[in-house]
Amino acid sequence: MTDLSNDAAFVEFQRVQKSYDGEILVVKDLNLSMPKGEFLTMLGPSGSGKTTCLMMLAGFETATHGEIMLDGQPINNIPPHKRGIGMVFQNYALFPHMTVAENLSFPLEVRKIGKSDREAKVKRALDMVQMGDFGNRRPAQLSGGQQQRIALARALVFEPELVLMDEPLGALDKQLREHMQFEITRLAHELGITTVYVTHDQTEALTMSDRVAVFDDGRIQQLAPPDQLYEEPENSFVAQFIGENNTLEGTVKSINGNTCIVTLDDGSEIDAMPVNVSRPGERTTVSIRPERVEFNKDRLHSDAHTLKAQVKEFIYMGDVFRFRMSVAGNDDFIVKTRNAPDAVRLKPGEEIEIGWLTQDCRALDA
Amino acid sequence: MRALMLIAPLLVFVLLSFVIPIASMLFRSVENGIVSETLPLTVEALDGWDADGDQLPDEAIYEAFVRDMVVAIEAKKHTRLGSRLNYEETGMSSMFRKSGRALKKLNPDTDGPFKDQLIDIHDGFGELQTWRVIKTHSVEVTNGYFLNAIDMQRTHEGAVSQPEDKQILVKLFIRTMFMSLIITGSCILLAYPISYLLATLPMRVSNLLMILVLLPFWTSLLVRTSAWKVMLQQQGVINDTLVWLGLVSDSARLIIINNQIGTIIAMTHILLPFMILPMYSVMQTIPVTYTRAAKSMGATNWTTFWRIYFPQSIPGIGAGSILVFILSIGYYITPEIVGGTKGVFISNRIAYHISSSLNWGLAAALGTILLGVVLILYWAYDKIVGIDNVKLG
Amino acid sequence: MKLKNTLLMAAACVTAAGGAMAEEMTIVSWGGAYSKSQLKAYHEPYSAKSGVTILNDDSSAEAVAKLRAMNEAGNVTWDVVDVVASDAIRLCDEGLALEIDADTQLAAAPDGTSASEDFGDLLVSDCFIPQIVYSTTFGYRTDMVGDTPPTDICAVFDLDAYPGKRALEKRPINNVEWALLCDGVAKDDVYDVLETEEGQNRALAKLDTIKDSVVWWSAGADTPQLLADGEIVMGSTYNGRLFSVIEEQKQPVAMLWDAQVFDLDGWIIPAGLSEERQKRALDYIMFATDTQRLADQAKYISYGPARASSAPLVGQHAELGIEMAPHMPTDPNNAQNTFLYNYEFWADYRDDIDAKFQAWLAK
Ligand SMILES: Nc1ncnc2c1ncn2[C@@H]1O[C@H](COP(=O)(O)OP(=O)(O)O)[C@@H](O)[C@H]1O
Ligand SMILES: [Mg+2]
Repeated sequence: MTDLSNDAAFVEFQRVQKSYDGEILVVKDLNLSMPKGEFLTMLGPSGSGKTTCLMMLAGFETATHGEIMLDGQPINNIPPHKRGIGMVFQNYALFPHMTVAENLSFPLEVRKIGKSDREAKVKRALDMVQMGDFGNRRPAQLSGGQQQRIALARALVFEPELVLMDEPLGALDKQLREHMQFEITRLAHELGITTVYVTHDQTEALTMSDRVAVFDDGRIQQLAPPDQLYEEPENSFVAQFIGENNTLEGTVKSINGNTCIVTLDDGSEIDAMPVNVSRPGERTTVSIRPERVEFNKDRLHSDAHTLKAQVKEFIYMGDVFRFRMSVAGNDDFIVKTRNAPDAVRLKPGEEIEIGWLTQDCRALDA
Repeated sequence: MRALMLIAPLLVFVLLSFVIPIASMLFRSVENGIVSETLPLTVEALDGWDADGDQLPDEAIYEAFVRDMVVAIEAKKHTRLGSRLNYEETGMSSMFRKSGRALKKLNPDTDGPFKDQLIDIHDGFGELQTWRVIKTHSVEVTNGYFLNAIDMQRTHEGAVSQPEDKQILVKLFIRTMFMSLIITGSCILLAYPISYLLATLPMRVSNLLMILVLLPFWTSLLVRTSAWKVMLQQQGVINDTLVWLGLVSDSARLIIINNQIGTIIAMTHILLPFMILPMYSVMQTIPVTYTRAAKSMGATNWTTFWRIYFPQSIPGIGAGSILVFILSIGYYITPEIVGGTKGVFISNRIAYHISSSLNWGLAAALGTILLGVVLILYWAYDKIVGIDNVKLG
Repeated sequence: MKLKNTLLMAAACVTAAGGAMAEEMTIVSWGGAYSKSQLKAYHEPYSAKSGVTILNDDSSAEAVAKLRAMNEAGNVTWDVVDVVASDAIRLCDEGLALEIDADTQLAAAPDGTSASEDFGDLLVSDCFIPQIVYSTTFGYRTDMVGDTPPTDICAVFDLDAYPGKRALEKRPINNVEWALLCDGVAKDDVYDVLETEEGQNRALAKLDTIKDSVVWWSAGADTPQLLADGEIVMGSTYNGRLFSVIEEQKQPVAMLWDAQVFDLDGWIIPAGLSEERQKRALDYIMFATDTQRLADQAKYISYGPARASSAPLVGQHAELGIEMAPHMPTDPNNAQNTFLYNYEFWADYRDDIDAKFQAWLAK
């Protein structure tokens, strides 16, 4: 976990637990601390407790245990409307009986901001999302992407310091989604807002965030910047969940500093970096990214262990080649190579030897 | 073609249960063939008679009348005509019944002249009014029932108001509308919070509450209304409780039955589910994210309710109100039982004319007016609120 | 006209499926204790004798309207109908009921007196076979009238001597007669006075003096219930209803027989029955209105038999074991001052006075 001093924390969850029914904890012992201006994404499978965390922060659910702090103040007893947090919902929650301009003007009205001020702010917010001409439309007369922009503008129009977004792009098609990802991060950084963003789409999480908190089963499995999350997953859930990943099961044979030898279940041995293993004899799952697998022996360390692999399938994907191989009993072992001038195109049935650099193969929990 | 076959059962059902009864009601409200069918010769002969003058019809008309009556008596139709004319002129019923026996014995070809004989048989035949009534109501299609329905009557001098002490129907129409509005209003007030709870409480609790709401549907209307009687009467449960609590003195028990209050209370209760159900199903579709969004933007609970939640629940209020209002203007059992004299509705008069006076023409005219009022209100609602704004769910 | 025929045909098709089956007949009556008395006294012995199954329908309250509708639809499903005399007159006027010749179609008395003589004046319509004489009269709470229980009909209009609510039927019939009687009109003049505008206004003016203290009833069960609940001090209803409040429920209620209004209830046979059904209906009527049967009914309910020859045969109540004769409206002790409902008058004036009465009620 990144070490942030508590003084700099703008949003902070301290040992927060949540149960809806008094029996099952849907959020278990959550600790999280965010500095001002950070773009943090909560990523995790559906049902892992992301929305619940967001709702506790917004004040619509109360934590069963623990404390949530905003700007150094505990907020457990502050009602939602006094927290000053902007929100964007998955279905946008634009008020259907109001025009776009009225929707935007609503948070300003309840703040008793004067009419001319209000109009100026609404106009500025609409321009910010390139929707200046749509003030008089009703939400139902807008496309999904346009509604999304309005929802964003509405969450920002009253200049909150913290904005929460719960799967805001979930209903958009791919192209629009990518465009909006860019828009949102641009705005967040331009305006210097602290953002908590929830998604179950890992690409979205990796491309947008300063840091990503991977949720599973009510816990944060790992909290790290995107590159670290991808390259140095701390457990097999994160390794599996983020990006494409090959796993092999085995037992630790020996550990020597930053390397260890793992005996796979079919008896062959490989080199790995011990991450979640501490002593020989432990069961482990080793994880190797497809693009880090090497079958050009010249590039491997001379005394590196190699494994036999049989090519099952060759998939041409343009920029990359993708091979499905059978390795140590695993028929779904994926290997990717860049479509470089010297790249070999293996044919199904070919038998080769593969290997990797020790630091690319992580021995994680079983 | 196949589609037509598929909806045929429904079409037949709607036709039989809806279109035909309404068509037959409209038809009855103006149909008046009985006079010209029973007394064809007389009606023809009366054509030349001046109803505004002060001369009795001449012998030819009396003779035509005897000819008609002999046929009618043979077919036992004269008393029916008497009942019909009695709606317009009191005394006609017994005049036709009583004179039937004597008239039967006359032979139209040999026993003339008839004028004096008839006047001898019954004084009524010597009165101008008798012949005026027959002439005035000899038309086959009449506006007479509609005139009666608005406290007027068809006379030989045209449409005139009923005497003041018989004017009741317009008053009842107005009262029916007014009280139905109050009932609709109190249903809205009571149903709104309940529907809100139903829509927002956890499933388990709201299901239980729903059962309580629907419970009244499982008991008969009569039983429910009678139960209100026990509740509301002066020695009833509510008064007993108030006296016991010391809120009212024993000698000043509240009069909350046999008046408008009784009708309003009982009917509000009976119609409440018809307001709750559409409200509930509309509220159920209002996502909680709207209120959350509003609160996150800084709106207080009240502002959130009033500016965001309430406007979106209006279609449910509209649907429930139309339903309750229309049901309520057609009610008669409950007003009859708990309404006393000041709490009865126009439908009570319709029921009276259907089952007691047998004046079905007037009942049909009253029903048609009621139908017209409903259609006008529906149209007005559409103009003001917009009928798209009515949702049952 | 064409439309009407189509409508009638359509309606006829719908109801055709419900036509009566052989050896079954549908008898329509009022329900409750009254139907039960008919079941015991008439239906059960008749079914035993003839093997005809009798189906009961408690629709007498809407009989006139329903018969008219059935007649228009051309499918009459009822065989014998119990109605009050005024309804019988209307049904007869409308051609909806069969005319009956009393002497040939009804049983003579055991001593040979002809039926028309035995029923006498009570044969108020050609279509009507009287069954019982009932009366509309007052009952009062014995515990709410102090030491001077009312003996005179005018107690109803005396708010000083008998304060409290009184229940009257929500229609002019009987009420306007009582009002005029208590306003000083001689009994024989009542209907002459009521024929005039002034007479009608006079009756309403008299009723006006107690209007604020009146609970208006529309179902026969209302007054007994109101008396039992102590809601009213006195109220009018049918004497049989009061009998059951007093003798069966043992409520502190007593009868005020003064100026009780006699009325009749009896049978009609709907017009338009098939020959076979009509024959069966006539056979039933012949049996059910003979001297013994009418006397038997009085074992179950306190209404007087309509035949003179039945009166001496009235015995004890079948369950309570009390003598029924003293509870009959026709008993000499009770009938010292009675009032006879004028059917002719009300057939003519009913709608007119009812409109005025309702307008007055709504004021
Ligand atoms: N209002 C609620 N009442 C009861 N259980 C809930 C409620 N909201 C969510 N849950 C449960 O809590 C768990 C976490 O839900 P949520 O926070 O919505 O997950 P995510 O947003 O990650 O998909 C799920 O198992 C869900 O069923
Ligand atoms: Mg979620």
